[in-house]
Amino acid sequence: MSRELHRFKGGVHPPDHKAESNRRPVHAAPLPKKLVIPLRQHLGNPAKPVVEVGDPVKKGQMIAAADGYISAAVHASSSGVVTAIDLQPVPHISGLPDLCITIETDGRDEWIDHAPLDYLAVEPSQLRMQLRDMGLVGLGGAVFPTGVKLDPGATQQCPTLIINGGECEPWITCDDVLMRQHAGEVLEGVAIMRHLMGSTEILVGIEDNKPEAIAAMRAAAARLDFAVEVVVIPTLYPSGGAKQMTEILTGKQVPSGKRSTDIGLQVFNVGTAYALARAVHHGEPLISRLVTVTGHVLRPQNFEVLIGTPMHTLITLAGDRDGTTGVLMGGPMMGVPMPNLDVPVVKATNCILVKSKELFPPLPNALPCIRCTRCADACPAELQPQELFRFAKAGDFGRAQEYHLFDCIECGCCSYVCPSHIPLVDFYRYAKSEIWAHEKDKRASDLARERHEFRQFRLEREKKEKAEKLAAKAQAKRAELAAVPPAERAVPSDADAKKALIAAALARAQAKRSDAAPKNIDHLTPEQLHQIEEIEARRAKIRELARQPLESEEKNT
Amino acid sequence: MLAAIGVMVVLAVAIGLVLGWSAIRFRVEGNPLAEKIDAILPQTQCGQCGFPGCRPYAEAIAKGEADINQCPPGGEEGVKKLADLLGVEPKSLDETHGTPKPKSVAFIDERTCIGCTLCIQACPVDAISGAAKQMHTIIAAECTGCELCLPPCPVDCISMVPIAEDLPHWKYKHPVVMLKLVAETESA
Ligand code: SF4
Ligand code: SF4
Ligand code: SF4
Ligand code: SF4
Repeated sequence: MSRELHRFKGGVHPPDHKAESNRRPVHAAPLPKKLVIPLRQHLGNPAKPVVEVGDPVKKGQMIAAADGYISAAVHASSSGVVTAIDLQPVPHISGLPDLCITIETDGRDEWIDHAPLDYLAVEPSQLRMQLRDMGLVGLGGAVFPTGVKLDPGATQQCPTLIINGGECEPWITCDDVLMRQHAGEVLEGVAIMRHLMGSTEILVGIEDNKPEAIAAMRAAAARLDFAVEVVVIPTLYPSGGAKQMTEILTGKQVPSGKRSTDIGLQVFNVGTAYALARAVHHGEPLISRLVTVTGHVLRPQNFEVLIGTPMHTLITLAGDRDGTTGVLMGGPMMGVPMPNLDVPVVKATNCILVKSKELFPPLPNALPCIRCTRCADACPAELQPQELFRFAKAGDFGRAQEYHLFDCIECGCCSYVCPSHIPLVDFYRYAKSEIWAHEKDKRASDLARERHEFRQFRLEREKKEKAEKLAAKAQAKRAELAAVPPAERAVPSDADAKKALIAAALARAQAKRSDAAPKNIDHLTPEQLHQIEEIEARRAKIRELARQPLESEEKNT
Repeated sequence: MLAAIGVMVVLAVAIGLVLGWSAIRFRVEGNPLAEKIDAILPQTQCGQCGFPGCRPYAEAIAKGEADINQCPPGGEEGVKKLADLLGVEPKSLDETHGTPKPKSVAFIDERTCIGCTLCIQACPVDAISGAAKQMHTIIAAECTGCELCLPPCPVDCISMVPIAEDLPHWKYKHPVVMLKLVAETESA
């Protein structure tokens, strides 16, 4: 099998430290007393709880449902009782807690009813939804929901399927061990992927430092009824990056801002293929994974770990030692430091790397950049790390974006070669998170502007509507009055209308007054009658006087 | 000599016509400068700048009737951006208009609310839902934290709750430790 291999630009050769952990057989980690299962273990919307505190759950039962298309469900990793749904520490660099479901296990490890899926009989779109509800996500590091990635898009087919067995990062061996022990099941998963993606060419890329895995995969591939090409690639970090693997195997580059399906290929990790096979052929949702525990421990090895198991139990299992200086989730190049060890293993946890002073001597103090451009030579994304660093440090994020900050895969090659020991990747992560925060603020303020403008418009409209209503009412009143004395209808001028209104009001008042006839005017003496007449005459005169200016006013108008 | 003058005159007339025509043909509706300023303002619509909302303040700045340092929610960063846009020296925030506060959202104590609708009328972005004599609630995602609903409430049941830092809102910090080390090694 000879295939012309391509070489991506840059890359580094860190010591691989694989032999420490890939010799020992895989053990299942014991069932912990308490499982803490975070709801945000994948890219996209966090899952929504569907159980309540106090509910009994069985192994494999869905405890939180996917929320939207780009999301994935979360399942109970063992049987027991839900004891809390609250904020708990999670494996995130910030050390901030996040929403988790805590399960007190009952030790029986009792499965919920589950059965294999007949994937050939199910509609592909429905199968993708089922995979989302089984919590399948990419296990190579990005934890992107697998169901979404298994959509070939509008063209309905994706000719090339790449299975990534690169595992280029030092220390980590979980994919290596998986391929050695479960090559057959990995390829069963690949067959399902092939069916969904309509692929004709299937390439499995494995670095040449894993001869056992290559042999196992080749043996398994020979038993298949379709062609799978296992390609041995030279060991070079970061050839296990999806874009780098694509370039090595096909020579194609995914253009900036495009997806790999746009150029007719898709990349999956071997662990994802295995999880897919377990889900489809056994009906098991994603509730466990292989985790490498290595570094400064007595017995570095791989464990089959239930999602939600606290990390410290694994370190104890592998034999903790004195002189630990910290723990990384992931490898030394891209791993993130863990704020504390109570945090649970999640779907993204491929490795728990325990650090010591001897294995990971602290970096010397950073010096200013001397613009040697060694970082640019090492960068596999063909960026200018020294420029990105300069802009990120100065807070000039616009320029950083112009220099394609978002093409940076945070591989750490640049920091690795930098003679000034500048933690360059920290600056890129900082810049990216600032840009995301800015975008979020911008969206929020755009929304506020829109809502404010709509409110202004609404108030304006309401005012107008009110005025119109009043005008219409007045008009109706006028029309009504005009109908009473027909003589006045001929000249419905505004002044007349007003006069009519006043006259009507006066008439109404008069009517009221005459209705309420005073009770003390019966049986009056002639003198009293005379007095009353006098008073009435005076009043009439006064009324006459009062009316005069009104009339003169009317003449003026 | 005459020919040269003639050429210049013809050129001047021709260019003048083109410019005059394009001034009419490609005229931009509205005030583009005010738009740009408005895009920088935080849209909290709180009125602390002395104008009834961000847009009127933007228009006042564009006309040169208001200074650029009157918006407390925008903070020093906002002033700097406005200064960059307008090509003037940035200055510090005018404290008489208020000081920046941590981003908050309003919260109605639903047991105390009497359903008077006064806060609904005050909210510039319609972020409060409720009806007369019914309990009211803030739609937190739409509240800008302008505090305009606080004074009208007759039973003082609205309070401002600062937005706690959680995972989705968390940001990487500027890697300061290392910069300090640089400074140390430089001075050493
Ligand atoms: S390798 Fe380090 S010192 Fe050299 S240019 Fe890059 S950032 Fe600067
Ligand atoms: S971390 Fe980013 S900038 Fe640095 S080498 Fe990797 S891709 Fe390039
Ligand atoms: S002070 Fe308030 S109303 Fe004025 S511009 Fe700033 S956010 Fe807008
Ligand atoms: S709810 Fe209150 S604080 Fe929030 S935007 Fe409306 S008026 Fe302002």
